[in-house]
Amino acid sequence: MSHTQYEAVIGLEVHAQLATKTKMFCGCSTSYGAAPNTQICPVCLGLPGALPVPNRQAIALAVRAGLSLGCTLRKSSRFARKNYYYPDLSKGYQISQFDLPLNEKGSLEITTSAGTKRVNLTRIHVEEDAAKNLHGVGAGTDTLVDFNRAGTPLIEIVGEPELRSAEEAEAYLKALRDILMFAGVNDGNLEEGSFRCDANVSIRPVGQEKFGTRCELKNINSFKFVRKAIDYEIARQEAIVSSGGTIFQETRTWSSTQEKTLSLRSKEEAQDYRYFADPDLPPLVVDDAWLAEIRTTVPEPIAARRERWQRELGLTAYDAQVLSAHPRIAEYFEAATSSLETQRAGKLAKDNLAKAGAGKRVANFMQAEALRVVTTNGLEASFPCSAERLAGLLALVEDETINGKIAKDVFADMIATGKAPADIVSSKGLAQVKDTSAIEGTVREVIAKHPKELASFKAGKTNLKGFFVGRVMGALKGANPALVNEVLDRVLAEP
Amino acid sequence: MSDALHTQSAHALRERVAKGETSAVEIARAALDTIHTRDAAVGAFLHVDGEGALAQAAQVDRARAAGEALGPLAGVPIAMKDNLCVRGIPATCASKILEGWIAPYDATVVERLRAAGAVIVGKTNMDEFAMGSSNETSAYKLVHNPWDLSRAPGGSSGGSAASVAAGMAPLSLGSDTGGSVRQPAAFCGLVALKPTYGRVSRYGLIAFASSLDQIGPFARDVRDCAIVSEVISGRDPRDATSVDTVETLAGTYTRELERDVKGLRVGVVRASLAEGCEPGVVLAIERSIDTLRSLGCEIVDVTLPTAEHAVSAYYIVAPAECSSNLARFDGMRFGPRVESASLEETYGKTRALFGKEVRRRIMLGTYVLSAGYYDAFYAQAQKARTLISRDYAAAFERCDVVLTPTAPSVAFGLGAKTKNPLEMYLADIFTLPPSLAGLPAISVPCGLSEGLPVGLQLTAKAFDEATLFRVASAFERATDHHTHRASMFAAGGAA
Ligand SMILES: [Zn+2]
Repeated sequence: MSHTQYEAVIGLEVHAQLATKTKMFCGCSTSYGAAPNTQICPVCLGLPGALPVPNRQAIALAVRAGLSLGCTLRKSSRFARKNYYYPDLSKGYQISQFDLPLNEKGSLEITTSAGTKRVNLTRIHVEEDAAKNLHGVGAGTDTLVDFNRAGTPLIEIVGEPELRSAEEAEAYLKALRDILMFAGVNDGNLEEGSFRCDANVSIRPVGQEKFGTRCELKNINSFKFVRKAIDYEIARQEAIVSSGGTIFQETRTWSSTQEKTLSLRSKEEAQDYRYFADPDLPPLVVDDAWLAEIRTTVPEPIAARRERWQRELGLTAYDAQVLSAHPRIAEYFEAATSSLETQRAGKLAKDNLAKAGAGKRVANFMQAEALRVVTTNGLEASFPCSAERLAGLLALVEDETINGKIAKDVFADMIATGKAPADIVSSKGLAQVKDTSAIEGTVREVIAKHPKELASFKAGKTNLKGFFVGRVMGALKGANPALVNEVLDRVLAEP
Repeated sequence: MSDALHTQSAHALRERVAKGETSAVEIARAALDTIHTRDAAVGAFLHVDGEGALAQAAQVDRARAAGEALGPLAGVPIAMKDNLCVRGIPATCASKILEGWIAPYDATVVERLRAAGAVIVGKTNMDEFAMGSSNETSAYKLVHNPWDLSRAPGGSSGGSAASVAAGMAPLSLGSDTGGSVRQPAAFCGLVALKPTYGRVSRYGLIAFASSLDQIGPFARDVRDCAIVSEVISGRDPRDATSVDTVETLAGTYTRELERDVKGLRVGVVRASLAEGCEPGVVLAIERSIDTLRSLGCEIVDVTLPTAEHAVSAYYIVAPAECSSNLARFDGMRFGPRVESASLEETYGKTRALFGKEVRRRIMLGTYVLSAGYYDAFYAQAQKARTLISRDYAAAFERCDVVLTPTAPSVAFGLGAKTKNPLEMYLADIFTLPPSLAGLPAISVPCGLSEGLPVGLQLTAKAFDEATLFRVASAFERATDHHTHRASMFAAGGAA
């Protein structure tokens, strides 16, 4: 009996909150964590007579998302109403887009253990979020609704069913999140629900063109769950099909406590949303002037930036990955690098010219020291000191005022006291001795004190050089080790 | 004619206030007294806001005493249809589903009226959610036509029309979706304007059919209608469908009132006089055409070939939009809730508070938007709208205004058409085409038939209300139709 090999077919639908200060169709704040129902008005509450007015910034961000993902912009798109009843839906319909979405097509590249792959997008449309039902709060079994989230601007990014494994799905989500965060479109905060994912999963025998029956997995809101949920679902479907069963189209949800997907509703219970163009909103027109304005706000794509860092700054792929973990970190890295380049101009010690460029030096120091003390929250990040001060510290290393080891201590001091690196170095007398004649004096003193060791060295025990270096360094307290070595070599070589 | 305050025009009252002859409070008292003595017989009001009216009037008097500039409606009482939100007082849409709901905000038109010094006396009865042509679908009570209490005042803004016709207020606002200010104006012998779609902000108007709804005023003469129209019109950032060309129309209508109409081309739709029209209506219209000709107008024949599809198109588009607009009345956030065992049941029982006609239209609208029916109904109806607009575009190449009767009959008896919805729907046969095309249309009194008023409807190009006022005013100056009043109008009066 031969085993049929199956492959998974996965398409993801991502809801990403647009990083605006106010809601999609009213002026209420979108900030997270406020007391329930404090960020509401007649519009987002769906009160009788209230009307939606599109948030220009939200549209601009949605266009920027499209530009960042290579989509085709529809210059005149339409809002449509998706009609259904639920207590968290204030108007009895959600304002979304249907037949004429803002962005179509587009793609993104993902990297997995199998290499890189380009995944196509179907569309990116704009819509508003629903409110949040809070079950079992208040008096016992009550469900209360918090409308603070109602009307929050979202984009829905619909991907083509081109993913073939949970690993690819995870890579897709991470790549998408990176792109949106770097475009300043979304804060990438899965815990606060500003980046949410539904997955359509089906399986088919390898080699078969036709798709199998798909199941929709709802609310897989962490990268960890994405992989687990999809792997579980693939295995579940394979088990059914291999034992002669049939997959029914249904919506399933991932239970993180039971570590399995559970049926939510079958296709028969699926709603007819009765989409139609929202008569309260005229066509959404993005004219050339506005598009040009939005274009100027699109930051350099993350992938291009990583490549450039490797090419121009000599970073490794790994360095580039680490320093682009967050848009503010990437900005900090670039700011520190350019500041260091300015500060080092003309001051670079001769023998350091051949050494690492400013970018590599900043990259090394950030990875070794600075990143440990950076905290991020959504699109914000807080750094222990300004990029200019960090560059100032590294400039002191480059001009050999201090060595790398001292730099770590000075950095710790900078964080603790908020003082400038030069002030710390001078007030603590940390500057290293760069005067060759002073070093030579000490070298000669040390050699004179240790004739036995000198003799042994001359006799061939060259590893005794370390002994002399140690003594000289100890006597000088803060000498440049390279300089000490150089002088020592010269003096020891004297006949 | 009596010079009692309740018989005065809005502009005469404003003049008195400005000159200090009468205080705004006296005028408000006279209006409230008239409502008190007459409304038991008429049923025009669902809520009278005596306290609020006197407070607003007192504010006008204080402003005058302080030497402040007075608005164009200073001290003028105005009644508001109950689907307009006035902060702090009920807005029920004459429906049980909004019983007890107090609007927490002012509609834009209300803000503008307040700023112009108008005094809001109360909320007027209407067909439930503006769905009807006789005011008989009100969940609360009938409105009786002040000309003949056994007859309907027209609908859906029947209360607003009756209040002005009975002398309870010189002005009122209604809303017009398919004829809801023009037809009651015709039935009650008043002037009423349905502005161009987008001319008046809909913010705070509880929606029936968003792509058709416009707020329009009732007055007893063309000047009053022009003044209040200027006040309520203009761009509103809270309504995305409001037109962004002008902030205010101050003066643009009233300056047309003295102009002659020589050489203006009046297009007559002969078919509208051929079938289904009462002979008395046809006679009054023919005489009106003669009058306009005698004033120097060029009378031309025009046709609107697709207008015959207006009723079908309207009864697809309007119910479709209403089925979605009325979804928010679910008992979750406002209004009464019929608490039941399950969420589904709570929705069902709460929404059973809608009256029969509203439920009929919600079901019709839900059906025409359903998967598989959308193209056959909704999409077709939208095409019909486009064709009707083209008919008008062709007509306006040959004329400046299009003339038809406002309604095929004079006011019919209460209960005469309630058994047959289709017959009721035909009452709007002449008012529907301009609504579907989004065009401005005015109804002016043009004579009596069997002692009851007949209305003449003039339709103009989009945003050409000025020409409507010009023709209506010239017609009014040449005739005495507007001086005919319901018998109860002058009699009795305020104490
Ligand atoms: Zn809001």
